[in-house]
Amino acid sequence: MRVALFITCVNDALYPRTGRAVVALLERLGVRVEFPMDQSCCGQPQYNTGYRHETEPLVRRFARAFAGYDHVVTPSGSCAAMVRDNYPRIGARAAAEGRGGGLAGAVAAVAPRTLELTEFLVDVLGVTDVGASYPHTVTYHPTCHGLRALGLGDRPRRLLRAVRGLELVDLPGAEECCGFGGTFAVKNAAVSAAMGADKARHIIGTGAAAVCTVDNSCQTHIGGTLSRLGSTVRPVHLAEILASTEKEPW
Amino acid sequence: MSDGTYLGMPAFPVAAAEAVGDARLRGNLRHATHTIRDKRARAVAELPDWPELRAAGAAVKDRTLRHLDHYLERLERAVTAAGGHVHWAADAAEANRIVTALVLATGEREVVKVKSMVTQEIGLNAALAEAGIRADETDLAELIVQLGDDLPSHILVPAIHRNRGEIRDIFRDRMADRGRPAPEGLTDDPADLAEAARLHLRRKFLDAKVGVSGANFMVAETGTMVVVESEGNGRMCLTLPETLISVVGIEKVVPTWRDLEIFLQLLPRSSTAERMNPYTSMWTGTTDEDGPRAFHLVLLDNGRSDALADTVGRQALRCIRCSACLNVCPVYERAGGHAYGSAYPGPIGAILTPQLRGVTSELDASLPYASSLCGACYEVCPVAIDIPEVLVHLRERVVRGGEVTVRGTRTVIRPAGGHAAERAAMRAARWVFDHPGVLRAGQRLAARTRRLAPRRRLPGPGRAWTDTRDLPPVPAEPFRDWWRRSRGEGSGR
Repeated sequence: MRVALFITCVNDALYPRTGRAVVALLERLGVRVEFPMDQSCCGQPQYNTGYRHETEPLVRRFARAFAGYDHVVTPSGSCAAMVRDNYPRIGARAAAEGRGGGLAGAVAAVAPRTLELTEFLVDVLGVTDVGASYPHTVTYHPTCHGLRALGLGDRPRRLLRAVRGLELVDLPGAEECCGFGGTFAVKNAAVSAAMGADKARHIIGTGAAAVCTVDNSCQTHIGGTLSRLGSTVRPVHLAEILASTEKEPW
Repeated sequence: MSDGTYLGMPAFPVAAAEAVGDARLRGNLRHATHTIRDKRARAVAELPDWPELRAAGAAVKDRTLRHLDHYLERLERAVTAAGGHVHWAADAAEANRIVTALVLATGEREVVKVKSMVTQEIGLNAALAEAGIRADETDLAELIVQLGDDLPSHILVPAIHRNRGEIRDIFRDRMADRGRPAPEGLTDDPADLAEAARLHLRRKFLDAKVGVSGANFMVAETGTMVVVESEGNGRMCLTLPETLISVVGIEKVVPTWRDLEIFLQLLPRSSTAERMNPYTSMWTGTTDEDGPRAFHLVLLDNGRSDALADTVGRQALRCIRCSACLNVCPVYERAGGHAYGSAYPGPIGAILTPQLRGVTSELDASLPYASSLCGACYEVCPVAIDIPEVLVHLRERVVRGGEVTVRGTRTVIRPAGGHAAERAAMRAARWVFDHPGVLRAGQRLAARTRRLAPRRRLPGPGRAWTDTRDLPPVPAEPFRDWWRRSRGEGSGR
């Protein structure tokens, strides 16, 4: 089984700890993970802002970088959804417009094999107890694209519930968007900030020490809002919790 | 502004920012949308075959839209055979002219109205007022809006932005302007408010000679109109007047009664969270000794054919105006309906208005961005309109322009103004991301200068972020450098 890690541009530049946690976790579970150096951004910022044509070279790059792997694993629900949901659309539109030279075919080969981390753990490896230990109170915010586009369901919570010492507390209004939405956060800053403030209020109200998601882009918004409000609740990616063990706390 | 229009309103972010600062409005909206949203979820969960119903609804609408000309002509024949008159209106102005002429021909100067989205869309009340015709809204919420010189802010609950105290004040101060005044000592008790409206409206129903409505559905095989409502006020307007004029969008046609059955299950549960709709009025042309003597159907295009020509955007025409997408939308909940600047607020408005009106005005060009793309709207849509997909598609139309259909003619439009810097930034980002060497150099530079990176205040457009949110620290080493250092070049490709 050849497994490639798609780190995503946000994690690469701002959250390398999450990437290192994914590697540590997968290696602990006996998976040899490769990191194709040609990888880059999935193109979601461009695509979601209306720049579909500008996205195409990044789609092509992704398909080339990850060709030939059995699974492409990524610690981001949003980027996985971009690849699985939107890449086929982009390929089909390019073909329909007489461009794209095989883009649709290249996408068809790689998009269905691109999995968000919890899908890979639960569906491919068949594990929910990954032997992790994280003795803290944690609340889980299901990020929108993982929740609704990928349909991650209870996979993240099942993984969290199996972590030693972790107390999982329910987040009120959990399924409401945190207000990030990529360029939405600056184009409609007032509404975005109001959504973020409501989300932060709910998180603080749980009394949890940490808020966990599977998307560091949303986490940037949630964490930035919490920090501005002077809260000590720590934003933490699920991979970092799962990588943490009694012997080696992450 | 009682016969007001949405023209000349500011772009979405400006109007939304103002609404966000209005604590009372946000309280009203939050309470109302969460109540309806929770009830809807329970009503939908009762049906194990909801996904199949939803798929059937989408399929019937898509098939009908594919053969829209066929079903509309069939409808016209059936309505005519049943004693009705069919008029075709290409746009709002033509529809308003037709309705005005029909009312004037009766010799009447007052009409009663059934709650109707499409007459809000075309600004019918204002057009009638210009011709000296008074149009009285009879739906309770539309009455509140009309008396308050206001505009609807929700498809199903037009006065959702008002609480009962505000409604009491509007009734007390304004009812006398348009007929029977509010009773002395009116309280804000809902039963009292409803009774005041009942007394105010009763005279109008009994006196009215002309009724104006829309329709939720039109059944092509028999020429039957269907109006779905909760109060019974609509039925009064549909049965008591001598002349009935219905203005209906061409996408409202369904082929057969069997098709209608699907929507009469989907609509009540999605909108009011009811298992069955309280007042479902159906009529076919005219009937001797019963109901209106004359029936006119005005079929309205007003941009619908143009939307139909767009392979991605056309799914918006499936909409049955249930407003489930509004009630789950976190942006609508905070921005309120008026910020969307049209009769169609919320997620559906954000994809419908730019297709019906185009993206030339600043407001219309801002609507596709009025969403975080969270997808809650798509999840609840009873006819499976992929609203995020259409939003992104329309964003492309705004920033890139390109081929669109305007009044039946393929036209190339230019990109909307104000996106030059963004376009340059997106292209630059694309170039950097497509050149990993450049990307790495940039990341390393950021890492080396990370102590200089601002956390709390960015200059320029970045301030929109740092006004309310801190930035994460820049790490000492990007992931790919760590990988290369710890695993070596050869362990990937």
